[in-house]
Amino acid sequence: MDHPIKRDHARFRKIIKGKIRDSLKKYISRGEMPIPKGNGQFKVPMPSINTPRFIFGDKSQGGSGQGEGQAGDPVDGEGEPGQGEAGEGEGNKELDVDMSLDELAAILGDELELPKIEPKGKKNLQSTVDRYTSIGTVGPDSLKHYKRTYKEALKRQIAMGTYDPSNPIVVPTKADMRYRSADTKVEFENSAVVIYMMDVSGSMGDEQKEIVRTESFWINLWLKSQYKDIEIRYIIHDATAKEVDENTFFKTRESGGTLISSALKLCKEIIQEDYNSSDWNIYPFHFSDGDNWSMEDTNLCLNILKEDIIPNSNVFCYGQVESRYGSGQFYKDLSTAFGEEHEDVILSKIKNKDAILGSIKDFLGKGK
Amino acid sequence: MDRTKPLTGELAKLRDEILGYATDYGLTFYPVMFEVCNYDTVCILAANGGFPNRYPHWRFGMEYDQLNKGNTYGFQKIYELVINTDPCYAYLLSSNRFVDQKLVMAHVYGHADFFKNNAWFSSTNRKMMDVMANNGTKIRKYMEKYGVDRVETFIDTILSFENLIDMLELVKPDANFKPPQEDELVKDDRSQSLRSFMGSKLGQDESEVKKQIEENPLDKLDEKVRGSRDIMKFLMEYAPVEEWEADIIGLLREEAYYFLPQRITKIMNEGWASYWHSKILTNKALRSSEIFDYADVHSGVMAMNQQNINPYRIGIELFRDIEYRWDTGKFGKDYLECDNMTEKANWNKNTNLGREKIFEIRKSHNDITFIDEFFTQEFCERMQLFTYKYNPRTGRNEIESREFDDIKSKLLQQLTNFGNPVIEVESANYKNRGDLLLRHVHQGVDLDVSKTNETLRNMHQVWKRGVSITTQVEGVNKIISFDGKEISEVSQK
Repeated sequence: MDHPIKRDHARFRKIIKGKIRDSLKKYISRGEMPIPKGNGQFKVPMPSINTPRFIFGDKSQGGSGQGEGQAGDPVDGEGEPGQGEAGEGEGNKELDVDMSLDELAAILGDELELPKIEPKGKKNLQSTVDRYTSIGTVGPDSLKHYKRTYKEALKRQIAMGTYDPSNPIVVPTKADMRYRSADTKVEFENSAVVIYMMDVSGSMGDEQKEIVRTESFWINLWLKSQYKDIEIRYIIHDATAKEVDENTFFKTRESGGTLISSALKLCKEIIQEDYNSSDWNIYPFHFSDGDNWSMEDTNLCLNILKEDIIPNSNVFCYGQVESRYGSGQFYKDLSTAFGEEHEDVILSKIKNKDAILGSIKDFLGKGK
Repeated sequence: MDRTKPLTGELAKLRDEILGYATDYGLTFYPVMFEVCNYDTVCILAANGGFPNRYPHWRFGMEYDQLNKGNTYGFQKIYELVINTDPCYAYLLSSNRFVDQKLVMAHVYGHADFFKNNAWFSSTNRKMMDVMANNGTKIRKYMEKYGVDRVETFIDTILSFENLIDMLELVKPDANFKPPQEDELVKDDRSQSLRSFMGSKLGQDESEVKKQIEENPLDKLDEKVRGSRDIMKFLMEYAPVEEWEADIIGLLREEAYYFLPQRITKIMNEGWASYWHSKILTNKALRSSEIFDYADVHSGVMAMNQQNINPYRIGIELFRDIEYRWDTGKFGKDYLECDNMTEKANWNKNTNLGREKIFEIRKSHNDITFIDEFFTQEFCERMQLFTYKYNPRTGRNEIESREFDDIKSKLLQQLTNFGNPVIEVESANYKNRGDLLLRHVHQGVDLDVSKTNETLRNMHQVWKRGVSITTQVEGVNKIISFDGKEISEVSQK
């Protein structure tokens, strides 16, 4: 059996998750994002969960140290002496908690009550996976299940009346042997692509981009937890559109006018070239401040959406980030064209950072 | 599967060798049981305060999480773990090099000698291994009976007061942290101090005792409790809690008192153990091929640190300094009154009392008296010590002073009451309505305000009536109160 501390540890993890859930809104609106660590794990900074005590205030206290330097020199260097004595650590440090993508996504899902996404039921690839979840009577020695084997032997001995409680020796025979055996499970391999489009014209400021960045992080997180494979493409546009990498996507700032149709056109081309809609779940997201150059262009946009993008996508999402310069006209145009409750189009207004969470729920809440 | 294994082969031989040296030098200790284990196990044990069995609580899990991570990222490593019990258990990391094991063993014998001989450990229950395990069983039982969440929440609350204990309790003649008699245990498995409290009302049944407390005029109670710093005990006896709750307070208090001697002798204990590992290894146990590895580890342990003093370093150097002074006669009236600096520097009366003196010191001192009595100007300068202070203008800590007096008083202040504010009971009938008033004995440093507020909230959970504390904030006397709804502050002239 595992050491009982593993239970304490599990309990601690549960408390931590609860804390993250409680402060999820704060995390999201402050733009404090978990830091990916590369192995599918994320580092979540959080205030440590110290027990409150009567203690001295940190700053008025000062301290004593050892080393070079004169009065007025800054004291630097952190860290503990080389060894640690148990049972005394006050643990004032900030906690960094490791969370896996699934755990984080589960927290997000719970908090926002997000439904599981039903992948489009077309030709989903199937694959088989073997998991050692059942018990068999034959198998190699290396997979022998001792506990089960002895249980069987004990049962047999009791049934046969050969078990002596005062001398509890249990000897398994060949028939008692139990082995871990593999269950074959069919897993559906489904792939999704997320295409982010963002207006980088002059009216989209840093704060607006920060909102898009935060929002896309959590959307990615959720979609990644729902699909086995996921590809992410980025398109920026002002009057013309181009595909860029993630870094450029969030950093670029252009000036000039806005032709939303340019982005949608490029998006359409990407879908046509690379993503067969019968194999892929496609999620185009478009963020802008709602300004478009002309009504003419808007009509062109609506056409592309209706003809090409929407029929091929799971859902088309438009997020309008409010800015001082934006008129917000595009949202109105879309909602007149598709209505607020369209099956395959989700519109969301993001007023400020506090609204990010609600907007994520708008986008993902339909389970599409 | 056993997580730890006894020593075998080479290591057992090594233990016998080191044990021989330690005994030859005059160290005495309870039998030391070395066990070998892997890193995960050391993390588990360390997270549990050294004990294989504790009560279930998430904070041990948190400790474990951090130790484990510290190891994975490689910025922290536990070399040794030794527990103050009889026999004394010590854990060796299986991945340590042979020379590391040598060092750790010698170090452990130093600790074991200190545990056994230092006066502040004299009232320690040496059967703590069993007590901790029993406490675990009891708390699990309460959890089954009253619900995990309820018990855990209560423990969380009580842990807020873990530092509200009185170190002088350790050396009171009737200090009752000793193991109970076997037959006593059978009859009554409540915590030691709760039992002795109930027992003091001999021949009365418990409801009467409770009634008596209620009937006890509150102002009379005040006379009795005023000035008490053992607030854990005070709460256990007088707070309106259920018996299982009082029991939990009692056993958490016992555990807090068990760890207290180690907290008030950190510098001495580590210094003493380091002194002996250094002495034993460099004089006896090291082979020439091991010197570099030893020096590498040893210097790592002794590293200076700008933010905190390293107790290992200050401890070992102070013991060495004392040994040198008593060997050469640099103490006493003659030496102190000598005003010829050359003569003073070359002072050597060949008194050779050093070894004797340090053995004597390890018997009776704690960190405060150790620093107070033996921390000299020469030593202070040699150690390159300084004090620092937060500068609000630059937003960082800056070196404040290198003056001997400043440093010494800072050190003493940091050590006073094991680094915790002194809090005592002022009145159990504050405002004549059964409120609790605590007093922070202000010694120059303010309390952390937000933590104070939260602690008051927790105190209210237990006391169930208003709770207040008098303290000083930026030179102004204040009473901070929590009445169950909100925190209020009243300034006093």
